[in-house]
Amino acid sequence: MREINAQDITAVVKKLCMEANYFLPEDIQDKICKACDAEPWPLAQSILGVIKENYEISLDNAVPICQDTGMACVFLDIGQEVHVNGNIADAVNEGVRQGYVEGCLRKSVVKDPLDRVNTKDNTPAMIYYNIVPGDTFDIMVAPKGFGSENMSQIKMLKPSDGLQGVKDFVIKCVEDAGPNPCPPIVVGVGIGGTFDKAAYLAKKALMRSTDERNANPFYADLEKELLEKINALGLGPQGVGGLTTALCVNIETLPTHIAGLPVAVNINCHVTRHKHASL
Amino acid sequence: MVKHITTPLTYEKVKDLKCGDNVMISGVIYTSRDAAHKRLVEAHERGEELPYDVKDTIVYYVGPAPAQPGQVIGSAGPTTSYRMDAYSPTMIRLGQRGMLGKGKRSPEVIAAMKEVGAVYFGAIGGAGALLSKCIKKAEVIAYDDLGAEALRRLEVENLPAFVIIDSEGNNLYEIGRKEYLEFANK
Ligand code: SF4
Repeated sequence: MREINAQDITAVVKKLCMEANYFLPEDIQDKICKACDAEPWPLAQSILGVIKENYEISLDNAVPICQDTGMACVFLDIGQEVHVNGNIADAVNEGVRQGYVEGCLRKSVVKDPLDRVNTKDNTPAMIYYNIVPGDTFDIMVAPKGFGSENMSQIKMLKPSDGLQGVKDFVIKCVEDAGPNPCPPIVVGVGIGGTFDKAAYLAKKALMRSTDERNANPFYADLEKELLEKINALGLGPQGVGGLTTALCVNIETLPTHIAGLPVAVNINCHVTRHKHASL
Repeated sequence: MVKHITTPLTYEKVKDLKCGDNVMISGVIYTSRDAAHKRLVEAHERGEELPYDVKDTIVYYVGPAPAQPGQVIGSAGPTTSYRMDAYSPTMIRLGQRGMLGKGKRSPEVIAAMKEVGAVYFGAIGGAGALLSKCIKKAEVIAYDDLGAEALRRLEVENLPAFVIIDSEGNNLYEIGRKEYLEFANK
């Protein structure tokens, strides 16, 4: 049994919260630069230029890329041979608390969805536990902004809706979102599983590098096709018209029931943040 | 061409602004988001005086990140405007002349804008680090308990934005997209 101390989890989560909010992942930077070069519409290109300038300011000064420093989504892949000394959830939340307070990140969490009193330290985190073989302990922190989260949708399609139904629903979500989620967006799609698992898959899809296609060639092709279709909509950066509506579409799937075809679309903005570390 | 506008934003200045214009905003503007809007409108309904005179002002829909040492304010980009749609017609009729945010507005907001002569500006969503550099002074003037959502008075210099919806109701989200698609499908 490998032993891990809860304090070490706290220290790593704290660091990841800050770094994820200051430093845009390189694959996203690269996608924005390429989109800027390829964008034929002048206003759209100038907006992409500003977006680039913005993340460069953050990289140079270690300041938040966006003021919405998100709800802290924390993905834990915990090896089954690991024993943690202390409470894992408490350790993660303490890391979020320290990271958001000391890192001058915005506190955007309310304690109750209807009562709406701010917790003032951005806790609690949304924690996703995954037990894996071995003795590794992997942490991914993904601060999720709600401008894009609010534009996400889920639908229980019928099996007869099939592939076309899935495509139509993804396009509809992007169309409905329009300028609201700060395009250019990254689109996470979850297909299959149950109602809740489809939504989880869609979020998980946003954690994958935008340089990496689905391992199944059928879904890899579908990712490319959907990206093309989305970028033919003409919404453009910030929704003011242009080629670059999305930077990437990532799809994740799971087996599902004979009677169902759940599809979830989790939309993320151009400030798609995630940072990973292993203990 | 960039149009420079300085607050107060009068009716005459608004009439000169057209959908798609590139603007640079300077002067005093005020922030509020969902929670502050709710309080403002409820205070007005109770017949109370508002924390500032809204006549000819611009509201910026923003909840800034906290300032780091040496900063005036932390990252400060726009939040999605539709969440303020329930309150905006009231604020517009009280004299609020400009709104600065991102994303779609409701037909009710656009109707009030046309009726009174108001304008909706878009700032670049997600460009909070860059936009914060245009803010030279920031001070909480009401609802301090709301934290990031408190009502702030900002002094801004050359804050870049676009006219998304002008006082005649022309909408860049519709027109810009249509023009681009005509160009792309030529
Ligand atoms: S949607 Fe993303 S880029 Fe836009 S304000 Fe929210 S976190 Fe920032």
